Amino acid sequence: MRPPDLLQTALRALLRHRSRSAMMLLAMAIGVAAVVTLTSLSEAARRYVTSEFASLGTQLLIVSPGKAATRGTGMFIHETARDLTLADALALLRSPQIARIAPLVLGQTVVSSGSRQREVPVLGTTSEFLDLRRWTLAQGQFLPPGDPERPESVCVIGEKIREELFGPRPVLGEWLRAGDRRCRVTGILATQGRSIGLDADEVLVLPVATAQDLLDERSLSRILVEARSRDALPGAQQEIVDIVRGRHQGEEDVTVVSQAAVLETFDRILRSLTYTLAGIAAVSLAVAGILIMNVMLVSVAQRTPEIGLLKALGAPRRQILSSFLVEAALLSSAGGVLGLLAGWSGSALVGRLYPNLPVGAPAWAVIAAFATAIGTGILFGALPARRAARLDPVQALSRR
Amino acid sequence: MIQLDGICRTFRVGDQDVGALRDIDLHIASGEHVSIMGPSGSGKSTLLNILGVLDRPDAGTYRIDGQDVTALDDAAQARVRRERIGFVFQFFHLVPYLTATENVELPLVLAGVAPAERRDRVAAALAAMGIADRAHHRPEELSGGQRQRVAIARATVTRPHVLLADEPTGNLDRGSGSDVIKILEGLHDSGLTLIVVTHDAEIGDRAPRRIRIVDGRIVQDAGGGGA
Repeated sequence: MRPPDLLQTALRALLRHRSRSAMMLLAMAIGVAAVVTLTSLSEAARRYVTSEFASLGTQLLIVSPGKAATRGTGMFIHETARDLTLADALALLRSPQIARIAPLVLGQTVVSSGSRQREVPVLGTTSEFLDLRRWTLAQGQFLPPGDPERPESVCVIGEKIREELFGPRPVLGEWLRAGDRRCRVTGILATQGRSIGLDADEVLVLPVATAQDLLDERSLSRILVEARSRDALPGAQQEIVDIVRGRHQGEEDVTVVSQAAVLETFDRILRSLTYTLAGIAAVSLAVAGILIMNVMLVSVAQRTPEIGLLKALGAPRRQILSSFLVEAALLSSAGGVLGLLAGWSGSALVGRLYPNLPVGAPAWAVIAAFATAIGTGILFGALPARRAARLDPVQALSRR
Repeated sequence: MIQLDGICRTFRVGDQDVGALRDIDLHIASGEHVSIMGPSGSGKSTLLNILGVLDRPDAGTYRIDGQDVTALDDAAQARVRRERIGFVFQFFHLVPYLTATENVELPLVLAGVAPAERRDRVAAALAAMGIADRAHHRPEELSGGQRQRVAIARATVTRPHVLLADEPTGNLDRGSGSDVIKILEGLHDSGLTLIVVTHDAEIGDRAPRRIRIVDGRIVQDAGGGGA
């Protein structure tokens, strides 16, 4: 049988049972669409999260007080750790591997202006923070550069605090009350498109010494450290530990985490999530395969006399086998194409609804879904096709 | 040309072996017209299936043109059916959703003949059966006689050496039945070996050589050698 005839015969057989073929097509399409949509969504989540972290800068190291146990119990921090002080932070600048630092003190306080007040998170830091964290200002100036140990009565507020405390009034130069002190607003933070951790919209930023006084807290919560380059990261990490140990009577009681390591971990976790989802979606492909097998078994039973006739007219087993396999392959590849289209339009729709999400199915998932569709079609089509090929022509013809 | 030696075929019915054919020896020369008769259940259809290489005997050898076809594999047996044998069935066995042309074309499609050549040969075969005007009708739009003529066109379009007809008139009225017989005899006159299985004595007696089967054995072989 010539290949075009084989194809035409298979097409004709499929078109003759439209609803049956449509059902198998649909099942296959749903399976493929599920794989494409789910993987593209979880890929989007992965890309989103990793780009969030990458936007923080991959030269960043985060120093926190206490020695994290990296084995066994996970990330538990010793309660008995020595304080990490502002002087410790400033000492880090001695290292040639370190470009900039920003000490962080975190806490809560009540801010008020006139009769309006609310409780907000407080961030005490230095002028370097803005750049290290890649935040931007909507108006005015960030904290003034200068001696970090000197408390100054200035502050920078998030967009939401401005809205709630001042409404439409101009804000720069106004005074507000934070806890038991007053400070002048020098700048407004812009709403940050990406915001993992602290929400820039509702934070009160104070000079680190002011925040320490306000919160009555000598210890730093974190130190952000920027290495001179990516290559300087390991060296900088080691020097941080060495410098702090030198200042803490030889005790190694800080934890240094590189942004790159965090990024890698998230990337790994989310990637395995993508694979898991792809696997789950692939189950629906297998279900579609079983449906195809059942429907084709029925079809073989119905077409028994026809198969007998083809044998009498000189079709060998191989030919009967291949014509049924061609039918299965046609069906599943058509279902695969439909599913791809549905999956793509589905993820495009999600992309429209959530413009921040970089949706898009990874190429491997598209190829794998399509190949699995055709594969399952042929695999599950094989049993009915073999049954057809092995029919005894005498019996097949005598049934009518 | 057709040589059967010691052909046996048994079927298991329940736990019993039933001998459908017992030790059949038969020689049919090229160009003969043979009728095979016998009561129902006598084994004549089994014999026809063996002659048509649709069924394998349990014992004995079957040679066509000196070639032992019982020893061939599936693909080679299919090739024998495709190239040397034409079948005509009692129930026509036309594919219901194909037109007369497409039905006749089927064996040529299976044989991998190119479309242009197929078209010519199918048109010629239908014309030879006098049903060229029904070429694009489906079986359900044809009378019984016309259907059988389409089936004969299908059986002969591959230019086989042997035509096997299983009760070719069994499903036809008298008039179209005798038309079909005349067509078959015409094909025999043009050189085809014709083997007709029937239980209708009137049709069987028209053949110069008449074989009678009872209980799986040839009990009578009359008129042979003269053909």
